[in-house]
Amino acid sequence: MTLPLFSTTEDPGPDFAGLMRRLRVPAHPLLAAPGTAPSEGFRHGTTVVALRYADGVVMAGDRRATEGHAIAHRAMEKVFPADRYSAVAIAGAAGPAVEMVRLFQTQLEHYEKVEGVVLSLEGKATQLGQMVREHLPMAMQGLAVVPLFAGYDLSRRTGRIFTYDVTGGHYEESEYNATGSGGRDARTTIKLGYRDALDREAAVELAIQSLYEAADEDSATGGPDLIRGIYPLVATVTADGFVAVPEDEVAERFAVLIERRRTEGRQP
Amino acid sequence: MTMPYYVAPEQVMKDRAEYAQKGIARGRSLVASTYDLGIVIVADNPSRSLHKISEIYDRIAFAGVGKYNEFDQLRVSGIRHADTKGYAYSREDVEARSLANLYAQYLGQVFTHEMKPLEVEILVAELGTELRPPQLYHIAYEGTITDEDRFAVLGGETEAIVAALDRAWSPTWSLQESLQAAVGALAGPDHALGAADLEVAVLAEGNGRRAFRRLVDDELTALLA
Repeated sequence: MTLPLFSTTEDPGPDFAGLMRRLRVPAHPLLAAPGTAPSEGFRHGTTVVALRYADGVVMAGDRRATEGHAIAHRAMEKVFPADRYSAVAIAGAAGPAVEMVRLFQTQLEHYEKVEGVVLSLEGKATQLGQMVREHLPMAMQGLAVVPLFAGYDLSRRTGRIFTYDVTGGHYEESEYNATGSGGRDARTTIKLGYRDALDREAAVELAIQSLYEAADEDSATGGPDLIRGIYPLVATVTADGFVAVPEDEVAERFAVLIERRRTEGRQP
Repeated sequence: MTMPYYVAPEQVMKDRAEYAQKGIARGRSLVASTYDLGIVIVADNPSRSLHKISEIYDRIAFAGVGKYNEFDQLRVSGIRHADTKGYAYSREDVEARSLANLYAQYLGQVFTHEMKPLEVEILVAELGTELRPPQLYHIAYEGTITDEDRFAVLGGETEAIVAALDRAWSPTWSLQESLQAAVGALAGPDHALGAADLEVAVLAEGNGRRAFRRLVDDELTALLA
């Protein structure tokens, strides 16, 4: 490796993806032949949710990755800190999705270090949109990645959520959203329980319920795995930054949820 | 056609070294010191936005003295090197030694081959681990690299500062002790430096993955008191 120096007219500035292109490191390898959709043989992740509450946002995701009809991984992580005040969750083709998160995390930190200031939340959301758009050729071949982005806006002092489509279009959500194959069920669950300015307790509970219902309806979404002790990942982003909800707390909430349903005689 | 005058290579090098030294001596000095839980870097720099000290990677910091545009370019290329390396391999594969070597090679090459040497002196500091002690790599304008595990002083006239720190330095220093000693040595016997005149940052355990943190405002004033 040599020191990456550029002339002033060639300088990529704080753009990490641009730097990788200059250095000819392929950040997003495109598939060679278009038109062939690899419907099997790659891993798929599903169902992530985000909702706003009084102090910020809650984000959660199940842990299952599937490969065709088989379960490929039982403890996959789909909710990541993007930087100190934001989180990104992914649904879709697992390989490119995780790679996109890594690139996004590096990009945000790179910008911050080079420029000496942190990107605005809006700026981060736009950056992620550009990455999704660059991924479009792969999405057209069946390897779609659809992230969910949420964070705490330090200038507006509120949590904000952004959703994406495969073309890189990003849309701000005022309350909540979910994406992935179980997203519809998760969204409906949140819709029924959502109120303005929920407290942390209620928001985390609602996120957990929504994943529980999604796992109940969707074969590609994993529920709480009581035998192995694997539970969905839940995190909050507030003025104090990204904080993962402890696994014990998540396990406890699922245990309470299941017990309550049993005593109420509800299905399931 | 007139033949160019012959200039002995020794003379060329001497002139370039003098030129670079003069440029560096025009600026103010900078001190880095290890303390019990990390590394503190102190610069005599009243600017709040044109930094001499900055973050390179999780456990690595950069500091430069001399011409701002020249060391800032080196700073950015260091961040680029570290981020691309961490992205291509893993975060733990990024270490200060290889970056310091790259800087040394580049500075040495510019010094011998270019018209004008870079008028900078830079520091690459790396927080220690259980396996390695903290390291301070001090790289001079002509590419000379030295590694220190106690303290490093960058700038033009450093003898007095080095002597003062050499007498006082202790491996059990706390952050406050090392900071006050560094500020005292930087200021010299006839001056005083307050929080408004200083740029201070630490690489310390307990800051999470990214160990770099700037000390500003009230926190800095309290530590200096």
